[in-house]
Amino acid sequence: METVAQIVEQTFRRESGQILAALIAALGDFAVAEDALQDAVVVALQRWPDDGIPRNPAAWLTAIARRKAIDRLRRDSTLARKRDILEELARHEQTDVMYGIGDTAEETTPIPDERLKLLFTCCHPALVLEARVALTLRTLGGLSTAEVASAFLVPVPTMAQRLVRAQRKIHDAGIPYRVPPAHLLPERMDGLLAVLYLIFNEGYMAAAGDALIRHELCGEAIRLARVLVTLLAQQAEIDEDPEALGLLALMLLHYARRRARVDAAGDLIVLEDQDRTLWDRGEIEEGIALLDRALLVNRPGPYQIQAAISALHAQAASSAETDWQQISLLYARLTSMSPSPVIELNQAVAVAMADGPEQGLAILDRQCLGQALEHYHLYHAARADLLRRAGRLDEAAAGYRRALALCENKIERQFLQRRLRELATTHRQAAL
Amino acid sequence: MRYALLIYGDDSAAGQMSQPEQQAIIAAYNAFGERFKDKIVGGEALLPTPSATTVRLRDGKTLTTDGPFAETKEQLGGFYLVSCENLDEAIQIASHIPAAATGSIEVRPVMEFD
Repeated sequence: METVAQIVEQTFRRESGQILAALIAALGDFAVAEDALQDAVVVALQRWPDDGIPRNPAAWLTAIARRKAIDRLRRDSTLARKRDILEELARHEQTDVMYGIGDTAEETTPIPDERLKLLFTCCHPALVLEARVALTLRTLGGLSTAEVASAFLVPVPTMAQRLVRAQRKIHDAGIPYRVPPAHLLPERMDGLLAVLYLIFNEGYMAAAGDALIRHELCGEAIRLARVLVTLLAQQAEIDEDPEALGLLALMLLHYARRRARVDAAGDLIVLEDQDRTLWDRGEIEEGIALLDRALLVNRPGPYQIQAAISALHAQAASSAETDWQQISLLYARLTSMSPSPVIELNQAVAVAMADGPEQGLAILDRQCLGQALEHYHLYHAARADLLRRAGRLDEAAAGYRRALALCENKIERQFLQRRLRELATTHRQAAL
Repeated sequence: MRYALLIYGDDSAAGQMSQPEQQAIIAAYNAFGERFKDKIVGGEALLPTPSATTVRLRDGKTLTTDGPFAETKEQLGGFYLVSCENLDEAIQIASHIPAAATGSIEVRPVMEFD
């Protein structure tokens, strides 16, 4: 039997994104909306044990929060803000009447879904990237400030300050609370997808710390991408965005491999050694279906290509049976579309699988690539791996050592140390 | 909402322009002013920073220095005051200022007093 407190918490986690989005629309202010929601949660904890759980808890919380906001504003002495907000509320009282939200708070009607507005606002280019990520996770992800802080390994006060500054910027600079108009949509969509991808990557390949994967971040990124895709589909004026579909597909296809990436001892397992029976087939199927849907729109893009690469891995029974030629071609396409050193790095690895380690090394040894990735541990690890496969063991060892010096993730470090030990063993065996 | 659009650019580059180039810039700014005349509520071009004097009052004494308040890579060349709906609109207007192509435009909300 769940306690009322548990039900309130679950409702909050599940619905707070939607509730906040609606409140911000009604109140025109992030901070007031958050405070009002907190007030409503307190009331829920007091009233629901006696009155019972309302049929539509989210709508109940929203209606009470709006009333609490009015109470707060009456007590607040800052005249300027109060006038603006009460004006907004007056405008939304019409909506309340429309949705039949009255004094009894027995809400059965769903609250309007303003989450798309909230998502685009949080990802506005006028906000610094780390603020966009934090704000998205906090307001739409339903994560607490402490949880977001922990996810990015910063102290809680730092994260709290980051969030407050971002909210203040939105208010002071006049960042509009809306889905961008058509002429701005493409670039804003790019920015939004970049934020979601960043959250996913931070979770999937945790930069530092003890875990390899931070599931709550991956889960959040996927959930938000799903919300985005669903909400976009509901907007008649916006065409199907293939890159949004591509990104969701990409995340699902990567995430499907999570159980095979780390073994029982907590050690990293590379793709070629992974037990593919542990890959989540349901997520793979979903990812491929989304990719197919995206490709029908016939507007290829970087996320779709990366998803296609991931799909080729997902559909192969083993590393040996993977269509590495096709993957190399896709990487070539990707580098031309969206050149980046990391993508070139991945291309080199694929080319090595298709045509042999020396061909991969030819790419990795390009001077500009080496310079760009000098401080990236995965560059040195990949290069070391190819050198190992090419039989150049001393150079391989040097590469692994360089990677270790740069790597901050505990699980990855253990893997690199293991590779070094294996090299030493091979060396000894060869010498004997 | 009102915004100040502060125009920053490289003074020295401007000083090296030929007559036709200068004429082209003037024409571009005239076109900008015409296009956004409903939004622009103020603004001026400023003479380059060598003509500037910086004033500070310290311990009751007025101190003047020759030049801008700080030596910077890009210098303030002028400003517009615009009245528009929101930041997106201000950004859009700012992006059409001729100097945006070579310099930087800082978009700053105006503090409104009741």
